[in-house]
Parts: sequence; structure tokens; C-alpha cells
Amino acid sequence: MALISNGRFVEDAWRRLADEEALPKAGKVIVSLPRLQHALEVVGPEAALGVIVPNTTEPSALIEASPRLELVSISFPAFSDGRGFSLARLLRRAGFKGELRASGRLVADQYSHAVGCGFDTIEIPDDLAERQNEEQWRAALNVYAMSYQRGYSGRGSILEARRSAARS
Amino acid sequence: MAQFKHPQILIASNLTDGEVVFLGPSGWERDHRRARVAQNAEEAAALEASGKRDISANRVVDVYLADVEIGGDGAPTPMHYRERMRVKGPSVRLDLGKQAAASGGAP
Amino acid sequence: MTAIDLRAAQRPNAPTTTYRYDDYDAAFVRERVAEFREQVRRRLSGALTEEEFRPFRLMNGLYLQLHAYMLRVAIPYGTLTARQMRRLADIADKWDKGYGHFTTRQNLQYNWPKLVDTPDILEALADVEMHAIQTSGNCIRNVTADHFAGVAPDEIEDPRPTAEFLRQWSSLHPEFSFLPRKFKIAVTGAEHDRAAILVHDIGLRIVRNAEGEIGYQVVVGGGLGRSPFVGKVVGDFVPRHYLLAFLEAILRVYNRFGRRDNKYKARIKILVHEKGIDEIRAAVEAEFAAMDRSVFAHDPDEFERIAAYFAPPPYETLPPTSDVLRAAKLDAPAFANFVDVNVSAHKIPGYAIVTVSLKPIGGVPGDATSDQMRVLADASERFGFGELRVSHEQNIILPHVKQDDLFALWRLLDAAGLATANAGLVSDIISCPGMDYCSLATARSIPIAQAISKRFSDMSRQRRIGKLGIKISGCINACGHHHVGAIGILGLEKKGQESYQITLGGDPTFSASIGEILGPGVTAEQTPDVIEHLVDFYLAERVEGETFIDTWRRIGHARFKDVLRREGEDGADI
Ligand code: HEM
Ligand code: SF4
Repeated sequence: MALISNGRFVEDAWRRLADEEALPKAGKVIVSLPRLQHALEVVGPEAALGVIVPNTTEPSALIEASPRLELVSISFPAFSDGRGFSLARLLRRAGFKGELRASGRLVADQYSHAVGCGFDTIEIPDDLAERQNEEQWRAALNVYAMSYQRGYSGRGSILEARRSAARS
Repeated sequence: MAQFKHPQILIASNLTDGEVVFLGPSGWERDHRRARVAQNAEEAAALEASGKRDISANRVVDVYLADVEIGGDGAPTPMHYRERMRVKGPSVRLDLGKQAAASGGAP
Repeated sequence: MTAIDLRAAQRPNAPTTTYRYDDYDAAFVRERVAEFREQVRRRLSGALTEEEFRPFRLMNGLYLQLHAYMLRVAIPYGTLTARQMRRLADIADKWDKGYGHFTTRQNLQYNWPKLVDTPDILEALADVEMHAIQTSGNCIRNVTADHFAGVAPDEIEDPRPTAEFLRQWSSLHPEFSFLPRKFKIAVTGAEHDRAAILVHDIGLRIVRNAEGEIGYQVVVGGGLGRSPFVGKVVGDFVPRHYLLAFLEAILRVYNRFGRRDNKYKARIKILVHEKGIDEIRAAVEAEFAAMDRSVFAHDPDEFERIAAYFAPPPYETLPPTSDVLRAAKLDAPAFANFVDVNVSAHKIPGYAIVTVSLKPIGGVPGDATSDQMRVLADASERFGFGELRVSHEQNIILPHVKQDDLFALWRLLDAAGLATANAGLVSDIISCPGMDYCSLATARSIPIAQAISKRFSDMSRQRRIGKLGIKISGCINACGHHHVGAIGILGLEKKGQESYQITLGGDPTFSASIGEILGPGVTAEQTPDVIEHLVDFYLAERVEGETFIDTWRRIGHARFKDVLRREGEDGADI
């Protein structure tokens, strides 16, 4: 797996815990959604907790846990399955401040969509990272100077820019 | 794999210009009469394997086998009207597509 | 070429009659071109596989068809300037084969571009403020609108500012670009629906409430294709202030809950059908209530900025009727027929709306050569403030022609083979490309259109028959709208042969209905015969003032079915 953050391939500080692995006392671990409740109960304050969820998850299932959650990783079963984008939006709307990660075979051309919806990092398989290297991911962030929408992150909004131009 | 009933040729679209091409004895041909004809399931599988390689090599897309019948001159003609259309061009514009070049019409 | 010197007649300072890009729009479209150029390069290098590339090329209107690639260019809300039309002609000559196909969705399709040329084509389009963004793919498609927008007498408000606003909002939307399936929005501001809003994923009808406030009736879940549905009202009156928030809510519900397990069940119409409109309305309203609506609140300044571009051109003050026109009609009966059939009432006295038919007898519906495009551009500059429209009937509209000029315009059109007086008549057939071009087709559709058109080549017979929409699709995807044709024809494959299923009674307007199947499929050769018998039967049965669909509704489907049955007994093997 390769991890992309701010247009760079970076080291992953988090470790994905297999369901049969014991919960550690410390460190940054990502557990599966069925295991989340239990993990919340037993993992002490020295450990940082993240969760990987299917893109069909009801956001309310995570909101309650969110003060303790430092990372939510949303799986993309296919790059063309855009449900994760809406889920990310809903989590941000509900006030989730931790790291939002998109995990799956996303392609570089979707990077700015992901950022717009509130994702911080993208996790892709190695074979994909080989074809779509760091340069392509970095370039993907800078294709557009601005976007037409308002209320999405990442780039400046054309609507806002027009509005302030009209006012000045 | 589908059952082998008729001789088959491998048909595809050329990646860079989209033109319909056929796998010939030594590479892709724009004229279906030069296509290599598979006479049995093994030969058809071999055609498909070459097709897969050329998909990976980013030469062609949309590759599939098409049933053909062999005419008196030994050249294959697709059996289905869809592929017959593909080896010629639009039936409503005889001046366009492969049929145009064949009849010496507009390029 | 025409003998008239068109340059001299051109208006030096033609007003803008459609949206013009500001620096932001221009930069955005250039960025999209640059991005696509890179995407093509990465595709050729293998950085993108075909599977990965496909959604991105589709989102830029590039398909792979039976013979070649196909590029679909957006004509937002169907409005074009003369300059843009000329550019379309130049592109057809330089990179395609000298013609283009105007579609039912206010697009132009080029049938022969090369993948490696498309970035240059897009660059050439960007020069004239055009693009191919989101003309395909599982995203919000180019927003369509009434082709009589701004000139129809029955209009509450011009729908184009709304459509342009939505075009911008939907462009590369971060959240809604990977939907379960395509998403089509149509807008009308008139009492008569010329935009088929009830068969779109979202149809917007501009309405006024009791307080006189402008808002939108929002219809959701209409569509044609494999399972046709008439849309249902999800919001009876959505004030303009909340339109964007309401649309975001619908799209979010759809993006999350629309089916992704089966692409034939992925459209929002299936979600609406399976859950029921009440559940969908509740979900949309809940989402609407939960979201931060202030972000999406209506921006009057921005709306005004856009609307200003659609201001009426500088009309002259004219008497409501034209003596010149009356005299010319008496002089030239062919012209009189053209006026009676192809010319519609304009909201401004002394002006008229002219439909230029792209359906010459025996021609390919919707096709125009590059020379014809240039004639149309010239004609619009000479006689119509340099503005053109594309209708969902695949015709071109000149929306503001002085009645006094109609005769001169007609002569110009006639010389270019563009004066066929059949708008709305039996030979004004909508047809998809079918198996002559389309890789999804199960049968050809254009030759069927041609055969029917030739069968009814007698124009006086056509006028006697009156309004009759024949619509033909080459497969169940229904791009030719066959479900909503008064006569619909669907090309299928039956035992290795092309076979045509006929439906009757479809209607795309506010009284929308889906056609009913007439009987077993018929062959290509039989189709014109069957159509002719149906039409003759209607003529025999109709009472004064009825159109085909009126008679069908009055006497019922069964009587028409009998015609086909009788014909089968006459020996034809149907
Ligand atoms: C030539 C290549 C084309 C392809 C591959 C294509 C593909 C499709 C498909 C797959 C559908 C069904 C969508 C669904 O039900 O989910 C569809 C629907 C439709 N297409 Fe096309 N189409 C093509 C050309 C056209 C043309 C030329 C027009 C306009 C004349 C057109 C207008 C429409 C319309 C109006 C619908 C039905 C309305 C709807 O439910 O969306 N398409 N098309
Ligand atoms: S209806 Fe079918 S054949 Fe016709 S254009 Fe659409 S997909 Fe192609």
C-alpha cells in the first residue's frame, strides 16, 4: 500500500490491525468497524484509534465514537463508486476533525474530488502506485486553480471570488 | 469460454484513432480479409491471448472474437450484421468508413 | 455558397444573446482541456488503463463506437452563436468528416475523431467558449432547456439563467461525479413543455406561487431507457433561494442509496420506483433540513449577472403582422407552406421563431454538413441577431426573425437544402444513430427513418396528416425517445435479424405518457407499410381537429392493434 498526503507519497504512521490481532497498548491502529465498539472500550489513552469502514456506513454509527476516533478510513470498492465522497462530506459535516482517508483503487484524477469532499489522505495498492507515481498525484492537485462549488474544501470557489469582486 | 461453432477472427479498436482492426498473421490489420482465422477453440484462445497482450501494451481496446464464414476466395466475412457493419462502415453513408476506401471513394 | 454578400449585412456589434465566459469560466475550460490532454498522454503511456481512462474520457464526451471514437460536444441549453456554429463547422472539416449530428439532448456529435486529436478539438472549442464536459459519464450531464427559451409567448421566465447556473454548479462537482449512473436535468419556464422535463432524472419547471414569487416545481425519477418512467413531484414549490440546496440534497440521497449492483437499475428512477416517492421525498427533506443551507443559498447578484447575458436583443418596434410576409406567401406557395409549418409565434410583435428542419426527405435525421452549418450561421447573423438554438427534435431554431425577413431567409435556406417544411410532421422523425454508428445498438434506426420519410414524401399528404411525432431508437436504451413518440419504433434483434417493435400513444410533454406496444415485431421492409396503414387508419377515423394522438386516445389502442392484425392476415408474415 502507498499513502498519499498533500501530493506526496508518505510513510504511514498507522497500522491496520487484522481482526485476529490483539489490540495493542500503544501506537496508532486502525480496526474494522465490527471491532470498533470493543476497541473503544479497551484501548487505553496511549493508543490512537482509527477505523476502516465500508462506504455504506451510516455516519451516525461513527459520530458517537468520533471524539475518540483520530482516523476514519473509507473503503472504495471500485474507484468509480462515489459513495465514499458523500460519506466523507457527512462525517465532516457532523464535526469529525480527525484524518479522513480514502482507501482503494482511486486514481490520481480523483484526487481533487477527494480533497474537496474532506479527505486528507489516499491509500492505494502498490501496483497502482507504480503506474501512477507521485508526480501524477501532485500534478492532479494543481490542475484547477478554482472550483465552481461553494462549501467544498481544497480550492477557492469561483462563486466566492465573483462575489468579492462585485463587492469591491 | 463460449462454445466454438464457427471459424472466428479477433476484432478490436485501435487505441490512438479508434479504427476497427483485425488480428492478422503479423499484427493488426485494417482490412478484415487479412485477418487470421481460428478454426478451432485452441486457435481462438491463442488469438484472444494475443489480444490481451496488446490490450496490456496499450495498442488496442475492446477486443473480442467474432464468428465468420469463409468465402470462395478464402477470406472471412463476419456472420452477424453488427460486425458486417464494422468491416464496412455506416450503411447510410457509403462514402465513409472502410467501404469508402475499398470503393476508391473519398478518403 | 450563396450569391448574397453576407458580410455586408452582418451586424458589427451583435449583442450577446447567450452567456459569455468571464475569466474564471475561460480558465476553467482551458484547465479541463489541459487535464484531458494529460489524461490522453497518460492513457497512451499506460499510466491509465482503459478501464480507468474510460470514465474520464466519457466525462469529456468521448465514446468508442462501432467504427471510430465519437465526441459529444455540449450545446448548453441548446443556445449557440453564429461564431460557435462556424467553429463547429470548421472542426468537422479539420478533424472529422465534414458533418455533425445534432442530438435530442442539445449536443453535437462528431463520429470520426481520433483519440490523439481530441485535445486539439477541445482547444478549438474552448476558443469559442464551448466544451464537451459531462456530456457523458455517470455524472450530472449537460443541462437542457426549452429551445424556445426567451422567445416563447407562454413563458414565465427564461430557463437559461437557471440552466447556466446549474451548468456551473455541476461542473466537476467533487461529490457528484461518480454517481451510480448518468444524471440528466432539464429546465422549462413555459406553460408548454418543450424540454420533456417529465422524462429526466430531475425536471425543473419554473412556477410562480400565489404571492407572485418565482420558484421551481421539482420532478424526480423520470427517464426512458429499459424501464421508462414519468417523473414524480418531489418538491411542489422550491423557492429559488433553496434550489441549489434542494438539488444537493437529492443528489446526495441518490449518490448514497442509488443501486450500484446492476447498471440497468442504477438510475434514480429505479430508486424512486422501488422506495416510492414518499420515502424519497422524506429522505430528501431530511437531508435538506440537516445541511448547512446558507452555503447554497441563492446568490441574487450572481443570478443577475448570468441573467443579464440573456437579455432580449434590440428588437425593433413592429406591427404584429407583416404585409411583406402576406404578399410573399401569396406569391410563393412553397414558402407559404414553410411558414405555416415551420414558423411559430414570437412574443414580440412582428417577429417569428423559425424551425430549420434537419430532416430532409430521405436524409439522416439531425445530420448537418459543415457547409450547412455555415449557412445557418450566416442566416442567423443576417436575420436573427446571430443566435441559433438546437431543439430536442434534432432541428435548428432561429429564434428571432423579423416577419418581413422570412421570405429572404427561406430563399437562403432553400438554396442550402434546409427549407424542408416538415417541423412536427410525420417526416420530422427523431432517430438515434442506431447500428450505423452505435456500439450498443441491436438494430439500425436511420434507414428506417429514411424509408418512412420517403414513403411520406408528398408534403401535402404530410400536412393533411398533421402533427405526428415518430421516434426511433436502435436499442432499448431509448436515445431516440421511442417510448414517448406518438409512434415509437424500437429496433431489436430477433433470430439474427433486425426486428422493429412499434408502440403508440407516447407523449413527452406535461401530459406525458409511455407508448403501448402494438404487436409482434416487424421487419425493416414491413415497417414503412405498417406505419402507413396506421396513419391511413387514423385519417379515416379522426374527427375534425384531431391529431394522431388525440384519435388514438379517443378510440383506444385496441382499434389500432386490429390494423396490424388485419395486415398480418392479408398475407404479410408479421
Ligand atoms: C451513439 C452513442 C450513444 C450511446 C452509446 C448512448 C448510450 C445510452 C445509454 C446506455 C442510455 C440508457 C441509459 C439508462 O437507461 O441508464 C441512453 C439513454 C439516452 N440517450 Fe443515449 N447514447 C448514444 C447516443 C445518443 C444520442 C445520439 C442521443 C440523442 C439523439 C442520445 C440521447 C439519449 C436519451 C434522450 C436517452 C434516454 C433518456 C434517459 O433515460 O436518459 N443518446 N443512451
Ligand atoms: S438507443 Fe441504443 S442504438 Fe440508439 S444511440 Fe442509444 S444506445 Fe445507441
